[in-house]
Amino acid sequence: MSAEATGAGAAPPAPRRALALDGVSPLVLLALFGLFPLVAIATGQTYWLSLVNRIVIMAIAALSLDLILGVGGLVSFGHAAFVGIGAYTAGIMVDGGRGDLLLVLPVALALAAAFGAFTGAASLRTKGVAFIMITLAFGQMAFFFSQALYAYGGDDGLTLFERSTVAGFPVLENKVAFFYVSLGFLAAAYTLVRAIVGSRFGRALQGARDNPVRVASFGFDVFRIRLAAYVMSGMLASVAGVLLANQAEFVSPAYMAWQRSGELIFMIIIGGLGSLWGAVLGAAAFLLLEEALSGFSEHWKLAFGVLIVLFVLFTRGGLADLLRRLTSRGGARG
Amino acid sequence: MAEPIVRIDGLRKSFGALAVTNDVALDVMPGELHALIGPNGAGKTTLIHQIAGTLRPDAGRVLIDGADLTGAPPAARARAGLARTFQITSIIPSLDALGNVALAAQARAKRPLRLFGRVAADEALNGEARAALAAVGLSTRAAVPAGRLSHGEKRALEIAMALAMGPKVLLLDEPMAGVGREESGRIVELLRSLKGRYALLLVEHDMEAVFSLADRISVLVYGEVIASGTPQAIRSDPAVRAAYLGDEAA
Amino acid sequence: MSITLLTIQVLNGLQLGLLLFLVAAGLTLVFGVMDFINLAHGVQYMVGAYLAAALIAYTGSFALGLVLALVGALAIGLAMEGLIFRHLYARSHLDQVLATFGLILVLNETVKMIWGAAPISVAVPEALQGAVAMGEGVLYPVYRFAIILAALAVAGLLWLLIEKTRIGMLVRAGASNAPIVSALGVDINRLFMIVFAFGAMLAGFAGAMAAPILSVEPGMGDSVLILAFVVIVIGGIGSIRGAFAAALIVGLLDTLGRSYSVDLLRLFLPPAAARGVAGGLSSAFIYILMAVVLFFRPEGLMPARGRT
Repeated sequence: MSAEATGAGAAPPAPRRALALDGVSPLVLLALFGLFPLVAIATGQTYWLSLVNRIVIMAIAALSLDLILGVGGLVSFGHAAFVGIGAYTAGIMVDGGRGDLLLVLPVALALAAAFGAFTGAASLRTKGVAFIMITLAFGQMAFFFSQALYAYGGDDGLTLFERSTVAGFPVLENKVAFFYVSLGFLAAAYTLVRAIVGSRFGRALQGARDNPVRVASFGFDVFRIRLAAYVMSGMLASVAGVLLANQAEFVSPAYMAWQRSGELIFMIIIGGLGSLWGAVLGAAAFLLLEEALSGFSEHWKLAFGVLIVLFVLFTRGGLADLLRRLTSRGGARG
Repeated sequence: MAEPIVRIDGLRKSFGALAVTNDVALDVMPGELHALIGPNGAGKTTLIHQIAGTLRPDAGRVLIDGADLTGAPPAARARAGLARTFQITSIIPSLDALGNVALAAQARAKRPLRLFGRVAADEALNGEARAALAAVGLSTRAAVPAGRLSHGEKRALEIAMALAMGPKVLLLDEPMAGVGREESGRIVELLRSLKGRYALLLVEHDMEAVFSLADRISVLVYGEVIASGTPQAIRSDPAVRAAYLGDEAA
Repeated sequence: MSITLLTIQVLNGLQLGLLLFLVAAGLTLVFGVMDFINLAHGVQYMVGAYLAAALIAYTGSFALGLVLALVGALAIGLAMEGLIFRHLYARSHLDQVLATFGLILVLNETVKMIWGAAPISVAVPEALQGAVAMGEGVLYPVYRFAIILAALAVAGLLWLLIEKTRIGMLVRAGASNAPIVSALGVDINRLFMIVFAFGAMLAGFAGAMAAPILSVEPGMGDSVLILAFVVIVIGGIGSIRGAFAAALIVGLLDTLGRSYSVDLLRLFLPPAAARGVAGGLSSAFIYILMAVVLFFRPEGLMPARGRT
């Protein structure tokens, strides 16, 4: 702190973030995703379609986590619980014959909001390491609860015999249509999170990440700001869960396992904390890496763990930062 | 006789057997610059914590603009009209200077936590923020990330943030701490320009600045106010001289 | 709901609580003294169990295998500290979380490669076989009593170490105010290493002791880790006394909650529904307790840090 305060006397010029890149790359990314099914169909690689669909869905979950972790600075280690809440809502409602997306989504959002409000109100009373542990513990609570849902498969999970309808139409049964529905949700989620981050609320949230004491001294209620962000983030994650359950046509407690929460954190770290399109990029990088490694050996998790450790020890700022640095350097030369 | 903006009554705080704040009474009148001085270890920081709401007193009351806010958190005091600066520079490094000040202004805006609308293009807030930056002479540095400002500029930014809160009273905790001679002269002029417009409670070690600025000075020694009066009266007070000389001799 | 049954459940709860304490003790010290979040602490518990299983089988002696397993757990702990953790002390909590998360994947998978994914079992040592009659033909295994006694002995030893030795004094000081300890001119890195190694050995000991009554399998450390987190949070981070009290509370609440929640709910619900709800509810008890404690005392029951 003090070194920072005294060392900045010379006031170097402000770093210009590559604004153009920030604005363009999400669109490029979306366009690439949008073209993908055409390529997949043309080449007959429909297996890849479902992988990329999973990427799109997990990107929504990663985006939602980035709102509280990247922008809010809250290291939540129980985020998979929200994904699981969405997934179980979809699974149970489809199982009960009320699986239309227009019914499932509001219920999932409401349940996620309630869970978020309860766990958030308790965990946000703490800071730092304690917050990490408590969110992890609440995530486990949800995990064990889902294991005890004997009527819905308990440990073994629940198979969906059909996918959610959309306003009565079986849109999601078609792989390509499902893909575009997911992509639509991702685009909406991205726009929404971006709007929130750029709003008055977002600035207060970001300010509270850097300096909560100062932000409180302005008259803001930091606890409520964080709680609101935590609940919104959880609700968005539950949307990803609804889509995920439909895509896999299966839900199980494994969706909420704490490793899933760790993976979500890793995704946004690879992408670069707080960079929203970095979260999308990170989800893609993570799932592709997982796919590549698991095809290579049954013990791929070993390599994966080693990669995570090395990544933390030797890089800072993630992929988005790396790309930004590369492109801005290139721009300066040209 | 006008009512004081800040009134502190019978404030007490002990850590174990040590009374760090011992029956302190203090007030700040509208438009007045009231300076609080005292040797190191006199309990100034603890007193400020209790006024700002980061430490709860064992006994006594803190009133801001007539409202009893003794147990209230810092945010409630800010809403009641108390703005403070910090002894150790406290800014939001990832926002630019304008953003720091605009966030301060945002807290009392009509919908301070609106979820939509780009805050960067929020001209109502930006206008207030620019005015506050201009008041402290930072207009040209508005777009610089706050973390990259010089130390003196950060001290000025702190004051701009406090001003943007539209406060009734400013609690200035050693605004000249760690600032060079030239920049501290600038801050003295800045404080002089605020005099009369705000109620000011100034804690400062720079005696030259304090005696040239203050309308009234209170001296805190071992948790007690041993003297309170005009700069002339304080200068010639034997108890104050003893406390300071004694402190230097030890 | 006879008294005998209750006694047995209380003993089971104590035993779980004491094992949790052994895991939580190292964890809370590492947090308190180093402000370091080590997710891989649970892996130490698993490593202890596997080493015990392998070394007991290899040496044919429970005692010898146990001692060797402790030495092995200590060595692995020191290796992890030296190779990885040391570079993370100055990093953000997020970096620590992520790196130690990666380490869990590595160690869980390594264990799977060496011993396979299937659970392995460890025989109870001959001297500790058999059971004690608890009246009305209900028996309680001697080995479980042995675990309770051994864990109590270790807890007592730990208390002596922390209260009566110089290192213990430094650890206590470090947990409440780390900067002061380094200001005293203590080699903080050495202190970190000692605390870390000791914590790793305690967790390894817990795993080794538990090996004969649990199935030893990859990932067995993960759930213990999370329970230990709950214990630390309830007890107050950095506080050994808090960890001890909280571990017993959590152990008892979890055990008794599981065995009695069905009976309780049957008073209000039909049997099938009661079983379903109880399953979910009893696993949630300790987390609800944690939420309640945090709500009223965010610092935990017995915070280590001094008030300021």
